[in-house]
Amino acid sequence: MIIHSIFFYFFSIIAIFSSLMVITSRNTINSVFFLILDFISVGCLFIMVGAEFLGMIILIVYVGAVAVLFLFVVMMLNVAEQKNSWFTGKETKHIHSGLIVGNLVLLELLVVVGGWKYKDDLMSSSTLILSNTSNTHQLGLVMYTDYVLYFQIAGIILLLSMIGAILLTFREREGVKRQSYIKQISRNPASAVELKDVESNKGVKIDD
Amino acid sequence: MIEIGLGHYLSLGAIIFFLGILGIFLNRKNVIVILMSIELILLAVNINLISFSIFSEDIVGQIFTMLILTIAAAEAAIGLAIILIYYRNRGSIRVEDIHGMKG
Repeated sequence: MIIHSIFFYFFSIIAIFSSLMVITSRNTINSVFFLILDFISVGCLFIMVGAEFLGMIILIVYVGAVAVLFLFVVMMLNVAEQKNSWFTGKETKHIHSGLIVGNLVLLELLVVVGGWKYKDDLMSSSTLILSNTSNTHQLGLVMYTDYVLYFQIAGIILLLSMIGAILLTFREREGVKRQSYIKQISRNPASAVELKDVESNKGVKIDD
Repeated sequence: MIEIGLGHYLSLGAIIFFLGILGIFLNRKNVIVILMSIELILLAVNINLISFSIFSEDIVGQIFTMLILTIAAAEAAIGLAIILIYYRNRGSIRVEDIHGMKG
């Protein structure tokens, strides 16, 4: 039990420190790196607490895809050198309102945690965790049977976001030849081939 | 203090959520950091759902965590695409320079 608490404090302190550094670091590249560190430590926490499949998914999807996407965009946009003027800018009025709202949200969350102590007995669901199968097996048993519609909707959302991202960043460039399937298919012999009568010893000029 | 319970995980989620909201409000750099703060907020929600799922021994919380992961990935892709075309049109994504709607 003491080993468990040591691991918990280790990972959670790293997670809190790195999320603090995400929002305060001067360089955007450093922010992305601390975001990766944050995802990794929270994924380790998930694995430690018993949700192995989701911990691995966090490592693969967040660190492998989302954080690398952030890194790509930061490197493409050349914004890494833009300096941060945190408490020294000419307008610092936003800091007070931000601190007030943030502290209020934290207070509300603490109140929610305090109210949770007087809960009713919640363990009456039909999808309780079976103790003799692995985490991934249990997720598959529930996800592809009771929640298959949610699964399909998640797939449709991913497809829509892919189409949206491609459409948003697509641009037509001048002077670039690209393949057009419609033009290729709609060619016919009448417009593509021209027959000429060539006189003897004269030849024909092609490029006119 | 030594015994790790549900409250510890919920406190961790609350702190990360708080830092994400603070990052949105205190941001003076570029919009990418705001997107990263939104990712932090979604991560805190995931921590809450998974800890409730583990401590009340119900697998449904983990399924909803997977759905939130999907939403987070889609949101990051669309948001970064929007930032990319904004930078292509205006040449800057600093928060001070984005005032086209006079907000």
